[in-house]
Amino acid sequence: MINKKHADLNDAVAGIEDGSLILIGGFGEVGNPTELVHALIDQGATDLTIVNNNAGTGEVGLAALLKAGRVRKIICSYPRTVDPHVFNELYRANRIELEVVPQGTLAEKIRAGGSGIGGFFTRTTTGTPLAEGKETREYEGETYVLEDPIKADYALVKCFTADRVGNLTYYKTARNFGPIMCMAATTTIVQCQHYVEAGGIDPEHVITPGIFVDRIAVVAQPMLESQLIARGVSYTEGDQTKGIAL
Amino acid sequence: MTGTPEKKVGLSRNQMAWCAAQDIPDGSMVNLGIGMPEKVAEYLPADRDVFYHSENGILGFGPSPAEDSIDLELINAGKKPITEIAGTSYFHHADSFAMIRGGHIDICFLGAMQIAENGDLANWSTGAADAIPGVGGAMDLAVGAKSVVVLTDHVTKKGEPKLVERCTYPLTGEKCINRIYSNLAIIDVDANAFVVQALAPGVTLERVTELTAGQVRAGDNLHTIECPEL
Repeated sequence: MINKKHADLNDAVAGIEDGSLILIGGFGEVGNPTELVHALIDQGATDLTIVNNNAGTGEVGLAALLKAGRVRKIICSYPRTVDPHVFNELYRANRIELEVVPQGTLAEKIRAGGSGIGGFFTRTTTGTPLAEGKETREYEGETYVLEDPIKADYALVKCFTADRVGNLTYYKTARNFGPIMCMAATTTIVQCQHYVEAGGIDPEHVITPGIFVDRIAVVAQPMLESQLIARGVSYTEGDQTKGIAL
Repeated sequence: MTGTPEKKVGLSRNQMAWCAAQDIPDGSMVNLGIGMPEKVAEYLPADRDVFYHSENGILGFGPSPAEDSIDLELINAGKKPITEIAGTSYFHHADSFAMIRGGHIDICFLGAMQIAENGDLANWSTGAADAIPGVGGAMDLAVGAKSVVVLTDHVTKKGEPKLVERCTYPLTGEKCINRIYSNLAIIDVDANAFVVQALAPGVTLERVTELTAGQVRAGDNLHTIECPEL
C-alpha cells in the first residue's frame, strides 16, 4: 500500500547525498520548509547547490544551512532579505557561488524541469547583462532568450495538508514555489501541518497531485522564520527540536 | 533669492502616488512594485474596481490588517502583511509569472535608477563591483506588463538626472517604459523623447528640461497637475 508518511523529519531527509541539487520552497519568510532544512543540517549532506527565491534570513532555515558551510552554490532571484548577513558574509569572502535568475524565469525553469521541457525562450533579460552568452531567437519581431530547465535531485517543500498518497494543499501565500518544486525533483520531500488519510482532501481541492510527492513528514506546529528570528533563534546542528520547541 | 529657505519644489511622494492612482482605469489588473509604488493603492478613487497582483502568488488583496489580525503567511512581494478581499485568488509562482510574462497584467508600477529616452529601464544594479546583485521580478514585469509605469524622483539624491539619453547602469529591460510620474512632471516615453504631459504646480517645462539628460518635448495638451495637499 502506498504510504509516503515517514516517521519523523530525520527519516524524511535520510540519504540525501553530498553534491545534491536541492529546491527549497519559500518566498522571504513565508512558505519555507524550515524544519526540513534543519533536519537536512543534522543529516549532514554538504557541497549542495540550492535553489530558492532568496538566500536565507537571520540564522535559521536556509541561512543556517549556509552558515553550517553546506552550500557551494545558490541559485536565486533576490539574495537580499530583511536580514541576509549570513549570505552576505559568505559571498564577500568568496565562499559561495551566486547565480541570479529573474524570478519568473526561475519559476519557469523549475516548471519546465518538472514537465519534460528541454528549454524555453523568453523575452525576460533581453538586452540585459543576464542574457549575455545565451542563445536568442526572434518571434514576432522581438528577441527571446533561451533558458534551460532546472531538474533537481531533491525538493524540500512546506504544505498545509497532505494525505497518505501525497496529495497536497497549501496555505495562502505560503504556496509560492511549492507546487512547481514538487514537480521538478527526483525525490520530493514535504512537511505538512495536517496529515489525513487518502480521501481526506476533496479531489477538487488538491493543488499538488500525489504523483509529484515522495516523502511526507508531519510538523503539526511549524514555526515561521520570522517568529524564530524574533525569538533570537540561531539554528545549529543537532538541536533536535528543529526550532519547534516553544 | 528671497532669503527664505527654498521650499521643496514639485510633488510630494504622496502626491506622486495620488496622481498615478487617478490614472488607473476601472477594472485594471495592477502590479505594485516595492516601495513608493505601494502607496498608489492608498489613493485609488473609490469608483474604481482594481485588482492588485503580487508576484508571490495572490491576485486581489486589500491593505495591511490591524496589528491583532495579521496573518504572517499572507504577504505581498514587499513581504508586508496584506488581507484577502472578495474575489482573492492564490496560485503558484509559475502561474503568477504567466500572468506577468503572458501579458495579462494591465499596469505595473516600478521604481527606477535610470530611464532612457527610448524607454530603457535600469533599476536593479549599479554594476558596482562590490554590489551583491539581485533582480527579483523586475525584468519579468518590464517585458510582460501591458503598461510599465515608473514612480521616481526626477533626479538622484545627488541631483543627477535619472531621465537620461542612454542608461549607464545595467538594463532591467529594453524600451519598456510607457510613463513616468516624477516629482516634477507626468511624462510619456514616446520612441525617442520624454514627452511632458503635465507639470507639477510651480514647475516649468524649462526646469524639467534642465533636470533631464535626454530629449524633452511638450505634449499636445501640456497642463498643470491639479492635486490635493498630501
